[in-house]
Amino acid sequence: MRVEIVDLHKHFGPVRANDGVSLTLETGSIHGLLGENGAGKSTLMKCLSGYQLPDRGTIRVDGQTVVFSSPSEAIQHGIGMLHQDPLDFPQMRVLDNFLLAFDRRMLPNRRRGRAILRELGERFQFALDPEAEVTSLTIGERQQLEILRLLALGAQVIILDEPTTGISAPQKIKLFATLRRLAEEEGRSVVFVSHKLAEVESLCDRVTVLRQGRVTGEVEMPCSVERMVVLMFGRHIPPAECKRVELGPPVLRVEQATIPSYRLTVQDAGIEVRAGEVVGLAGLEGSGQRLFLRACAGLERVAAGRVHLGGQEMTAAPYRRFLAAGVAYVPANRLEEGLVGELTVTEHVALVNRSGPFFIDWPATREQAMAQIQHFNVIGRPESPVSALSGGNQQRLLLALLPAGLRLLLMEHPTRGLDVESARWIWQQLMARREEGTAIVFISADLDELLEYSDRIVVFFGGQMSAPLPACDTTVEQLGYLIAGRERDKETR
Amino acid sequence: MEFDFIVRTLASMVFSSTPVVLAAIGETISEKSGVINLSLDGSIALSAMTGFAVAFTTGSVTLGILAAMMVGALVALLVAFSCLTLRQEQVAVGFVLTMLCTELADFLGNPFVRRPGPSVPPMPIPYLCDIPFLGPILFRHNAMVYLSFLVVVAAWWWIARTQPGLKLQGVGERPESAFARGVDVNLLRYVYTIVGGALVGLAGAAYSLSIKLGWSHGHTTGIGWIALAIVIFGGWTPWRVAIGAYFFALLKALGSILQRNPAFEGVPTQIFSSAPFALMIFALLLLSSKGVDRVLALFPPQIARRLDRLIRGRAPGGLGRTFVQE
Repeated sequence: MRVEIVDLHKHFGPVRANDGVSLTLETGSIHGLLGENGAGKSTLMKCLSGYQLPDRGTIRVDGQTVVFSSPSEAIQHGIGMLHQDPLDFPQMRVLDNFLLAFDRRMLPNRRRGRAILRELGERFQFALDPEAEVTSLTIGERQQLEILRLLALGAQVIILDEPTTGISAPQKIKLFATLRRLAEEEGRSVVFVSHKLAEVESLCDRVTVLRQGRVTGEVEMPCSVERMVVLMFGRHIPPAECKRVELGPPVLRVEQATIPSYRLTVQDAGIEVRAGEVVGLAGLEGSGQRLFLRACAGLERVAAGRVHLGGQEMTAAPYRRFLAAGVAYVPANRLEEGLVGELTVTEHVALVNRSGPFFIDWPATREQAMAQIQHFNVIGRPESPVSALSGGNQQRLLLALLPAGLRLLLMEHPTRGLDVESARWIWQQLMARREEGTAIVFISADLDELLEYSDRIVVFFGGQMSAPLPACDTTVEQLGYLIAGRERDKETR
Repeated sequence: MEFDFIVRTLASMVFSSTPVVLAAIGETISEKSGVINLSLDGSIALSAMTGFAVAFTTGSVTLGILAAMMVGALVALLVAFSCLTLRQEQVAVGFVLTMLCTELADFLGNPFVRRPGPSVPPMPIPYLCDIPFLGPILFRHNAMVYLSFLVVVAAWWWIARTQPGLKLQGVGERPESAFARGVDVNLLRYVYTIVGGALVGLAGAAYSLSIKLGWSHGHTTGIGWIALAIVIFGGWTPWRVAIGAYFFALLKALGSILQRNPAFEGVPTQIFSSAPFALMIFALLLLSSKGVDRVLALFPPQIARRLDRLIRGRAPGGLGRTFVQE
């Protein structure tokens, strides 16, 4: 199926998300849509799949002009989209998710639904338990469910919006194999939306690059990374320098810690982190790295073993003692755990000022917010509610709110969902902190990020923690193998 | 205690819970779609008054019931219009309507206060009512009680087994996803809010025409709030909501039995009348406690998962959230 987008415009108030975009998708190919955060990729794809109505512009399917007023009309024409956060129903079972609005009869045939799900699942080696609740699945599995559902609905064009954010390395390998198969063997069109150059490079046949709502270029693969970077950012960005710094005395010492939870128990975890050191925690989502990180912040109960901070016994100490000892914890869900969406930037500055007077000095706080905004390059105003900032700017604000002179900084996915430039900027800030002697422990699913910025890496698998690996002697392949653990054969076959 | 006494207590428990069961199921349906109809207490008062007034004036109980359902549906329509079309805060709208309806019921109901009027006639079901033990408890009541049984089963079947029921769950759970699958989110929310409202109206009629006959000021006060709490207690699942309603009635019945027991002489009556509320909260706490997690962990995962789903309910993810297409 051939899909053409001609001169598509979409404005949100004064923001021109799409400003005359034209694009052609050929049958049986994987088309990459590349651009930094806010380039208009998602908007374009939402218009193509019926989630948003374009202001003007034409969409043609096999030469015929179509107008989609809803996603269900788009899927009837064979165009389906997998969203970055899969649009499913978390508290419902996999089978019910699959059957909802699929089996159109009054009484859905669950046996038939199970059979279709199993058959499609076997075709792509997606093992999904129809009785499991969607909340218990990983993001990768939720994507698999959505892909199967779109295929069952007869999608000929499948759009994936940043599908590799938040999924594990083996799941990514499997996803890419599936996409190739859909395009090459089954003759479907795949649109792969991403801001990650390496992924686009390894997967796509053709790539369209968007910047500020316009097409800046369309290239056939293979194509040099430098060329794509120039198209994406309008200039060349050199890779960050990797600097190793002199390490100070031990800051964090965890000895044989057991951290229990309902799903998984971390056992016998131990590490020593020194001032100025960066330690990366790798592992499939839910392997115990988050439990461990939260235990280091005093947010998770340690059932056995010890936690020391700067030589002080902190086992079972309350969170506020960790805070007082100079520990900061930055969670992955910025808007759910890190920031208060409805409050403004100024109000956040006032909020973190714990020692301030009872009555807030708003003019001074506003000035402080203004200074932070300038210093941290946040695009926004002191009066902007935080939920109105983009993901990259929210992350910058989170960093701006951290007190200076921290002893230990614990971060979950510091650059998840950010484009290359924002991610690099975040790490520059973090590296500046380590040079001042802050120890950093972070979780990431991005193997390149782990290898590039860590001094040492520990891998979690099923609650077990590996011995620390020096990052300079480790390759992506080695790390991927360790992360997959015994699961490797099952997942990558 | 003799056998006869137990049967009588349980039978009166089933009989007197009818309005709470109906209202709680109505609210469950509405909340399953994502709309909180907080006006229940007022809505029940107004429909109870209307039901009685119409039955009193026309002499027809059936017309009274229909009128009550109309009133419940109308209040729900107001809730839906304010929240879905005008996008107002659901909690605020619900509170305002509660007060408005309560006042309106008192004002309009003045001519009918303490007047004897028609009621739903008793109707034991032949054969079934002769079953030992269960017969007198379940089948020696009137049509309103049997209707409430039917409503519970029908609501469960609709939500859990049918395609429209799946869509209902989807709309309440995550409206964006439902929209993506071609479901008209706000239309369904309107429909189910109004259906739920009609059941709330039926609950009002069950009160004034079947349980506590007639109309007086503050006649139904409290029923609506109890029903709202029981929806949460029942975890938004019809059969569990019904069990919650019966459990609550049983606690109340036990309270009045104990109160009459000489052993508890001197204990203030307020303790007995408020104990059921505390016990309901205690039961809820018990079910959500970590102890239950530990017990569940003893079972194989498959079974633990089923048990977990069986005893614990979670609020629909989109509850109280308006949906706007991007």
